[in-house]
Amino acid sequence: MTEQLAAYSTSTGEAVQFWILGTVAVIGALCTVFMRRAVHSALCLAGTMIILAVFYLANGAYFLGVVQIVVYTGAIMMLFLFVVMLVGVTAADSLKETIKGQRWLALLCGLGFGILLVGGIGNASLHEFTGVGEANAGGNVQGLASLMFTRYVFAFEITGALLITAAVGAMVLTHRERTERARTQRELAEQRVREGTYLPPLPAPGVYARHNAVDIAGLLPDGTPSDLTVSKTLRDRGQVRDVSREALNDLRALEQRAEERLERRAIDPPNFKRAEEASK
Amino acid sequence: MNPVNYLYLAALLFTIGATGVLIRRNAIVVFMCVELMLNACNLAFVAFSRMHGNLDGQIIAFFTMVVAAAEVVVGLAIIVSLFRSRHSASVDDASLMKL
Repeated sequence: MTEQLAAYSTSTGEAVQFWILGTVAVIGALCTVFMRRAVHSALCLAGTMIILAVFYLANGAYFLGVVQIVVYTGAIMMLFLFVVMLVGVTAADSLKETIKGQRWLALLCGLGFGILLVGGIGNASLHEFTGVGEANAGGNVQGLASLMFTRYVFAFEITGALLITAAVGAMVLTHRERTERARTQRELAEQRVREGTYLPPLPAPGVYARHNAVDIAGLLPDGTPSDLTVSKTLRDRGQVRDVSREALNDLRALEQRAEERLERRAIDPPNFKRAEEASK
Repeated sequence: MNPVNYLYLAALLFTIGATGVLIRRNAIVVFMCVELMLNACNLAFVAFSRMHGNLDGQIIAFFTMVVAAAEVVVGLAIIVSLFRSRHSASVDDASLMKL
């Protein structure tokens, strides 16, 4: 798409691009809201942001399109993913409503707000547009720079102060000064003995040779899975696979197959011979 | 196609983001919905910049991005320190000013 075309008219190509990518952007935004796990939300939001970057490019905002990809999807969304990983263990949302009917009221409010916005835009007289081609004539970045360092230079400098303040604030908020000495291994062991908690090493996860993954609880002698054998993180996430019955069934299937195989081996050679003779 | 459609899309995305802020209880997801609203505003600014044929809208969208970056840094730091003290990222649990 040439600059002239992007500036003065919306070509058919742009219309097709808008309708296809716009649909995907709305679906991504809906997934951001309705996905239960925060990681999925973050990925959907990253997709929506990339599509918005394409829209910026289509609207002649070349610098902003690149900045959107580098800053938003590159830096901000990855920061989100880092924090999701830090907080992740209990980050799955509880679906219990704390205020009764709040969800429906919120949906109603959102719908009303949307109708209000769309109605407002529909009533505005926005039928002609100039196109950004003339403003972009000397280059988009050059045009932005000449505006930013003349008319908006004060706002630009304030932005610098804001960024420095934000960086210092983040460091102050997340930094933790260690006020007491770290306890040694010996002290920890003594404390455990004194408190009478579980003393020997924790039992290993996994039951039979076919299931020795860490997310499978070991079985107690009576066949019930033991919580002690699985890491606390996995238990909190609810990612423990309970295979007590499954494992027994698998074992039974394995034994059955072994028997079948043994039988086949006893029968197979004559079968094989007969097949050979038939082929001759 | 009329470029006004970009404004409709921005309005739709903003509405979805606002609804998400009201519906979700996980602080991180609420924050992501706020980012979605900011992005929708940026799209509207860029579309306006094209309609009026000057670059002021793009400058303001650029400043929005910078402020959003600063906001994300501080907001995520607050969420992390809240999580450290309360072991939960739910906005319902943070109902007291102090533990």
